[in-house]
Amino acid sequence: MPINLLVPVCLTYVAFLFLVAFLADRRARRGGRRWLGSPLVYTLSLSIYCTAWTFYGAVGYAARSGLEFLTIYLGPTLVFVGWWWILRKLVRIGRQQRVTSIADMISSRYGKSSLLGVIVTLISVAAATPYIALQLQSVTLSFAVFAEAGSFGWTLPDTNATALWVAGGLALFTILFGTRNLDANEQHTGVVIAIAVEAVVKLVALIAVGVFVIWFVADGPGDVAARINASRIAEWDLVPSRWAGVIALSAAAVITLPRMFQVIVVECGDERNLATASWAFPLYLAAMSVFVVPIAVIGMQILPESANPDLYVLTVPLSQGQGGLAMLAFLGGFSSATSMVIVASIALATMVSNHVVMPLWLSLRPTREVTGDVRRLVLNARRFSIAGVLGLGYLYFTLSGGSEALAAIGLISFVGVAQMLPPMLGAIFWRGATRLGAAAGLCLGTAVWAYTLFLPSFASGGVLPADLFSHGPFGLSWLRPQALFGVSRFDPLIHSIFWSLTLNTAAFTLVSLFTFPAPVERAQGLAFVNVFDTERAGPRAWESRDLEQVETEELLILAQRILGDEAALGFFETSAQGQGKAGYLPDPTPDFLEELERKLAGSVGAAAAHAMIAELAGRSRVTVADLIRVADETAQIMEYSSTLESQRAEMERTARQLREANEKLMQLSIQKDAFLSQISHELRTPMTSIRAFSEILMEGDVPPEMAAAQARIIHDEAIRLTRLLDDLLDLSVLENGTVQLDLRLASLNELIDKGLRAAGQIRPDRIFVVWRDLPSEALFLRTDPDRLAQVFINLISNSRKYCDALRPELRINVKQRGARVIVDFIDNGSGIAKEKQHIVFEKFTRLTDQNRAGGAGLGLAICREIMANLGGAIAYLPAQGGAAFRVTLPLRLEKHPFADGA
Amino acid sequence: MKRQAPVFLARRSYRLRRLRDGARLLPLAGAFLFLLPIFWTPTEGMPNDTARDWIYLFAIWIALIGLAAILSRGLGTGEEAEAPAGREDAPPPEQP
Repeated sequence: MPINLLVPVCLTYVAFLFLVAFLADRRARRGGRRWLGSPLVYTLSLSIYCTAWTFYGAVGYAARSGLEFLTIYLGPTLVFVGWWWILRKLVRIGRQQRVTSIADMISSRYGKSSLLGVIVTLISVAAATPYIALQLQSVTLSFAVFAEAGSFGWTLPDTNATALWVAGGLALFTILFGTRNLDANEQHTGVVIAIAVEAVVKLVALIAVGVFVIWFVADGPGDVAARINASRIAEWDLVPSRWAGVIALSAAAVITLPRMFQVIVVECGDERNLATASWAFPLYLAAMSVFVVPIAVIGMQILPESANPDLYVLTVPLSQGQGGLAMLAFLGGFSSATSMVIVASIALATMVSNHVVMPLWLSLRPTREVTGDVRRLVLNARRFSIAGVLGLGYLYFTLSGGSEALAAIGLISFVGVAQMLPPMLGAIFWRGATRLGAAAGLCLGTAVWAYTLFLPSFASGGVLPADLFSHGPFGLSWLRPQALFGVSRFDPLIHSIFWSLTLNTAAFTLVSLFTFPAPVERAQGLAFVNVFDTERAGPRAWESRDLEQVETEELLILAQRILGDEAALGFFETSAQGQGKAGYLPDPTPDFLEELERKLAGSVGAAAAHAMIAELAGRSRVTVADLIRVADETAQIMEYSSTLESQRAEMERTARQLREANEKLMQLSIQKDAFLSQISHELRTPMTSIRAFSEILMEGDVPPEMAAAQARIIHDEAIRLTRLLDDLLDLSVLENGTVQLDLRLASLNELIDKGLRAAGQIRPDRIFVVWRDLPSEALFLRTDPDRLAQVFINLISNSRKYCDALRPELRINVKQRGARVIVDFIDNGSGIAKEKQHIVFEKFTRLTDQNRAGGAGLGLAICREIMANLGGAIAYLPAQGGAAFRVTLPLRLEKHPFADGA
Repeated sequence: MKRQAPVFLARRSYRLRRLRDGARLLPLAGAFLFLLPIFWTPTEGMPNDTARDWIYLFAIWIALIGLAAILSRGLGTGEEAEAPAGREDAPPPEQP
C-alpha cells in the first residue's frame, strides 16, 4: 500500500466526515431530529469509549497479559446492564437540571459551587491531556507503519509534524461543529452523527481484520483455539487484584470520563435511548473485543519478535500483502482517535469556559450589569479552550517524545477521573453529602493519584527523584509512592486505585458527616436524590421575598445576552402567558426565576447562572431566614399536596388576571374622562378659530388678501376636524370587524418603502438613519397592503416624532417564522416607560404633551385594530434599547379573520 | 391525581416491580460471574486452557446482553408506572 495513497484517502475520509456533520446539523436545524436522536445513533456515539488505545492497544494488551484486556470492557458492560441503578438517574438529573458537563453536575449538586466546578475541571484536564497525546501518538505511529512499509523510500519526515497536522485538523473540526450554538440541550448533532459513522467504521475495520485472520490466515476457529493454547498468551496468569481492580476501574471510568459523561448524559436526546443502549452498547463492546485474541495470536506467530504488538491490527494485513484491508484498519484506528479527541475536547472546553472563564469574568467585571453579548464571550471561550486542550495534548506528546510510557497512560488517566466517582455517587444517592466533603475527597484522592501513579509515570528520576521510590520522602519509608503505609503487595496501578479511592471516600464521607450544608445545597441534594419522586415538592431556590428587587426587564436583558434575542423573548412570552399576562414581561415569581435559571444554566453552567440571577435579585449571600426555611422543608413537602398546589396556581393566575383587568379598567376610566375633555378640546380649538374668523369675514370690509388667508385658516381647521372624525369612524369600523379588506399579493419591501416615504415629511429637518436588511424583506404577503402600509407609516412616523436620541436611528428587522412574518421597528430613543407600556395601544393615549404631537392619540389604537383585522398582532417589545414595536402577521391571509364570528 | 384501581393493576404492577428487581440484580449477577475465574485453580500438570476461559467469559457476556435486551423491552424508562410503584420501589434515602 503506497503511502502516497494514504494521505488522499485520509483527507477524503475527513472531508466525508465534515459533510456528514454538516448535513446532520442542517437537518437537525430544520427539525428532522427523529432519526438523528434514535437509539442506534445514541449507542454508536457511546463507542467513543473505544479509543485508539483500545483499537490498537487491546491487541497489544492481549499479547502481553492474555485475557486481562477484557476487563476494560467488562466494567462498562456491568454499568450499562445495570443502567437501572445509576445511568437512568444520571440521565434524568442531567435533563432536569440541564447539566452541561460532569463538572457542572457536581458543582450544581453541591450548591452550585464554583470551587467544585474548578476542581473537577482541573482533574479532568489533567487526566485527559495525556490521553489526547496518546491518540495523537497512535495516529502518527500508524502513519509511520505505512511509511516503513512503502517501497518508495518515502519516510515520514517528522512525527511531530504529523501530530501537529492531526491536532490542527481536529481543532478545526471541533470548533466548527462543536461551538455552533450555545444551549447544551440542542447541541452538537453534527458531531454526534459523525461519531456514530466513525463508530461503524472502526467496528467494521476490526471485524474485517479478525475475519481475515481467522479464515484466511488460520484455518477457522478450531485452528485458532489450538493456536491460542499453544501460544504465549495461554501462559497468562490471572492476577486477582488486577482482574477485579481493573473491572471496577473501567466501570467507574465509563461514567466519570468527561467525554463519556458528555455522550451518555448531555447529548442524550431521549431517555428511552438508554434502555436500548443498556444491551446494545455491551454488544458493541463484545463485537469490538471478540477478534482481539485471534489477531494477537496470529500476529505473534507470523511477525518477528521485534514487531510492536500494539500495531498488529495494521501490520498483520500488511505483511500478508493486504493493502486495502490495512487501509481499512488504518481508517478504523484513525476514527477511534479522532472521535475521542473531538468529544473530549468539546466536553473539556465546556467545562473550562463555564467553570473557569465565566466565574472569572463575573467576578472581574466592574459593573453589576451584564453588558455586551455574553454568548459571543462564552463561545469564544469555548473555541479557545478547544484549541488549548488540543495544544496541551500536542505539547505533552512532543515533550514525552512519544515514549513507551504513553501506552500505560490510558489506565492512569482512568484512575484520575475515577476520583470523581465518590462525589458523584454521593450526589445522587446520599442527601447528606456536602460540598466540603466532596471537595476534600476530590483533593485528597487526586493528590494521592498524582503522587502514587501520575508523577511516577514519567520516566523514573524525571519528576520524582529515584530514591524517593526506595526510601520515601525525608526517609519516611511508609510514604513511598508505590507502597503507601507499607502496602506493597499490589502492583502500582492497583495500589494507586486502592489508596486514592479509599482515602477519597473516607475524606468525603467523614467531612460530609461533620459539616452542615448550605441551603442551596440541601435543596439541590433533595432534587438530585429524589429526582424520580413527584416533581417540585422541595423547597425552592427562590422565594417571593427575594424577588422584590427583581426587575423583569433586567432579567430579560440578561437572558437576551445569553440565550439570544428570539429565544429569550419567546421564553418570556410563554412564561407571561402561563401567568395569564399579555406581553413579554412575566411577574418575577419563584417558579419563573427557577425556570429561567435552569435555562441559563444550559448555556453557562449552573454556578454562573445562579450567581447572575442572585446578583440581579440583590441576594448574593444566604440569610439566616434561608436556613430556617430549609430546616422545615419536610413540613413543606407534607403541606403541599399536588391538588392544593395546582388550585393555588390557578387562583393566583385568576387573581393576577383580575388585577390586571381591574387596573386596565381604572386606567380606561381615567382615560375616558381625559378623552372627553380631550375631544372637546380637540373639537373646540378648531371650532373657536373657525367661528372667530368666519365672524370677521361676515362683518365684511376685509381686504381680499386677508380674507383669503382667513378663509384658508378656516379651511385647514375644517380639515383637521374632518381628519379627527375620519379616524374615529375608521376605528369604530375596525373595532366592529365590518371593515372590507382588499386582499392581494404585495411585496413587503415595497410596503416598507412606502411607509418610509410617507412618513418622510415628519420632522424633515432631522437626520434620521434607517437600518434595513433588504434580503430579508424580499417576501410577498397576501394581505391588505393599504392597511398594512398604514400601520407601517404610523410606526415610522411615531419613531420620527418621538425618538429623542441625538442621532435618531430606526432599525427594521424582518423575520419569517413558519407561516408568520415578524416585522420589528426598533429605534434608539429612550423608549416607553414600563408603566405606560400596556396602555400605548389604548385610544387617546398620548404619552407626551399633546400639542407637540398634534395627533389625537388614535394612531396606535388604529394600528392594533388593523392588525387584528389582518389576522396578526402588534405589541411593544421591552428591553430593546429604545422604543420597539413588533408587528406579527400571517404570510397568507385567506379570509377575513372575523368572517366567522361576525 | 387519582389512585388507579388496584384490582386489575395489581398483577401487572407486581410483574413490573419484579422486572425492575431483575434489572437491579442483573449487574450483580454479572459481576459475580465475571469475578468467578479468580477462584479457578489450574489443574496440576495441565496447561492453561485459555480458549476455554475465553468461551466462558464471552458466553456470560452474551447472556447478559440478551437478558438486558429482554428486560429493557419490558421496563421502558420506568416513567410509565412510577407513581404506584414509587414508594416501595425507591430505596429509602438517608435522612440527614
